[in-house]
Amino acid sequence: MTPEARVDTAILVDIYRRMALIQRSDDRFRAVIKSGKIAAPYYSPRGQEAIPAAVSVNLTDDDTICTIYRGVHDMLAKGVPSKLLWAEIAGRVTGTCKGKGGPMHITHPKSGVMVTTGIVGSSMPIANGLALASQIRGQKHVTVAYFGDGASNIGAFHEALNMAAVWKLPVIFVCQNNGYGEHTRYELATSAKQISDRAIGYQMPGVTVDGNDPLAVYAEARKAVARARAGEGPTLIEAKTFRFHGHVFGDADAYMVPGEKEAAMARDPVPRFRSWLIEGGVAESQIAELEAAIDREIDEAVAFALDSAPPDLSELHTDVLAEEVMQ
Amino acid sequence: MSTTATMLEKVKPMNTIQAVNLALDDAMGLDPNVILLGEDIADGQEGGIVGVTKGLSTKYGNSRVRSTPISEQAIIGAAIGAAIVGMRPVAEIMLMNFTTVAMDMIVNHAAKLRYMSGGQTHVPITIRTMTGAGFGTGGQHADYLEAWFAHTPGMKVVAPSSPADAYGLMLSCIFDDDPCLFIENMPTYWNPGAPPQKGQRIPLGKANILREGSDVTLISYSRTVHDCAVVADKLAQEGIRVELIDLRTISPLDEATLLKSVAKTGRAVVVHEAVRKFGVGAEIASLLHENLFGQLKAPVQRVGSNHSPVPFAKPLEMAFVPQQAGIEAAVRKTLG
Repeated sequence: MTPEARVDTAILVDIYRRMALIQRSDDRFRAVIKSGKIAAPYYSPRGQEAIPAAVSVNLTDDDTICTIYRGVHDMLAKGVPSKLLWAEIAGRVTGTCKGKGGPMHITHPKSGVMVTTGIVGSSMPIANGLALASQIRGQKHVTVAYFGDGASNIGAFHEALNMAAVWKLPVIFVCQNNGYGEHTRYELATSAKQISDRAIGYQMPGVTVDGNDPLAVYAEARKAVARARAGEGPTLIEAKTFRFHGHVFGDADAYMVPGEKEAAMARDPVPRFRSWLIEGGVAESQIAELEAAIDREIDEAVAFALDSAPPDLSELHTDVLAEEVMQ
Repeated sequence: MSTTATMLEKVKPMNTIQAVNLALDDAMGLDPNVILLGEDIADGQEGGIVGVTKGLSTKYGNSRVRSTPISEQAIIGAAIGAAIVGMRPVAEIMLMNFTTVAMDMIVNHAAKLRYMSGGQTHVPITIRTMTGAGFGTGGQHADYLEAWFAHTPGMKVVAPSSPADAYGLMLSCIFDDDPCLFIENMPTYWNPGAPPQKGQRIPLGKANILREGSDVTLISYSRTVHDCAVVADKLAQEGIRVELIDLRTISPLDEATLLKSVAKTGRAVVVHEAVRKFGVGAEIASLLHENLFGQLKAPVQRVGSNHSPVPFAKPLEMAFVPQQAGIEAAVRKTLG
């Protein structure tokens, strides 16, 4: 952990709560999908918990995010209710999107989750628009665009960063660099030594942090959010991390460097931060209580999702256009 | 005196550039959520390459009328993001061929967010774009690509044929809650027409019967409506009564108006500048055959551009687009 950081204990515990919620939800998602009770494409964010947890504690409900198909951690950290998230992943009418979006398109405006895209690189241009609305209206809301290292090689990244910098948009580009774009290693696909080096080309601050260190992520996110709120423009944060369960749940991992995953899992950010908090004086009972509450929340969410009905077939035709058009 | 002056004012012709400019101006005056994004659209960049947005940045400021980088994905992305939190952006993609650069934003995002979010968000953007053969711009600046967008659920596709229609349809698009693609024909931009009535919106999804007739229905939109009108005039001299329908909105298609007209005439020809194959004409011909098979007096005919890229050399370019003679021949074919 970054030693010099002096962060309020309540914030630290809040970061941990969000990390634990992601970790425990992910464990359950994989278990339930494996059991066959839910059939869904699932892109596990396990290992990347610290990033959205430490970013989101700097955000309010009025701040917005755009995230991607590997985004369950970003959604939970931003406050999407577990029940609605689970029901959506299960394809139930009680889900965030009535079961019409699924895990790759979770949307929950009340908690600021405005777009989840299944297209690599597409979170950034839309995040700019959310930030543009805030700027034109004279609001202080900021927008976070989450994306992976692979997305920094697609044209939309470059168009979006350039436009955000030219217009000084209140947006924070958070790259969760987990070392692989789908099955291809970073070095094989990306010319930049690190993603943050690309910021200089757009004249915006760029920084690389240990994405498994919540304090380091918190500190950089805090600066970037303050800069955006002050009207000073965008920031690119590269948070280096590792995904524990491959590209899509069920991967064989044959494309990975042997031992790499095991080493990353041995440095699991969640138990590491837990121990650090307790060593720093947070009562273990407080942590255990918080974890028990999370487990209850997940139990309820799983039951809620599995007990809910799928959408009525009439939903096939609704929400295509504002007014229903006869098919 | 004053009555005469008002009347003169009313009949003063207006071209499509002026009509779209007026619609944008009126919409921006009505609603602070209306913003404009696009390449070169602000007055510092001459108010758009043909001047459609001239004066608007001076009147409403460079915050609401923004000249953008040449970044079509970023332009549409910014419009989408602003739209899902309640703004009504009008994004100009200078030429229709440039929409190809932003297809992901238009097709995967603008068109689908309402559905994928279960109706929690929607994307009230208007994408203005111009196109059309006739200016010698060759293969990448003049295509009619409306069929791609009409084939995308969640999009509305609008193609006016006159200045007054451009005004009324543009206002409707801006205040519509769905993403609208608004196609402006470039070579006829400067053609004068009757001025619109201020504030009068033309409903989307409703075709316009320009001329009533009982022998054959001519169905078109955008520039080729004018070719159809010339052909209808010519045939009228022989006593052939053509019903001319201007779709105005390509999607959603006004199926009821088309079916009613062709049920009456028993004959139909669809004309568009887009290439003929796999186009809007095929959809309409199918619709008519599926619903009116027994009542049709002849197979529905389609007239469209040649199945090739738009050529440069003038004789080739002129031969590429539908000819009035070709429209006439198609009509005569239905008459047997």
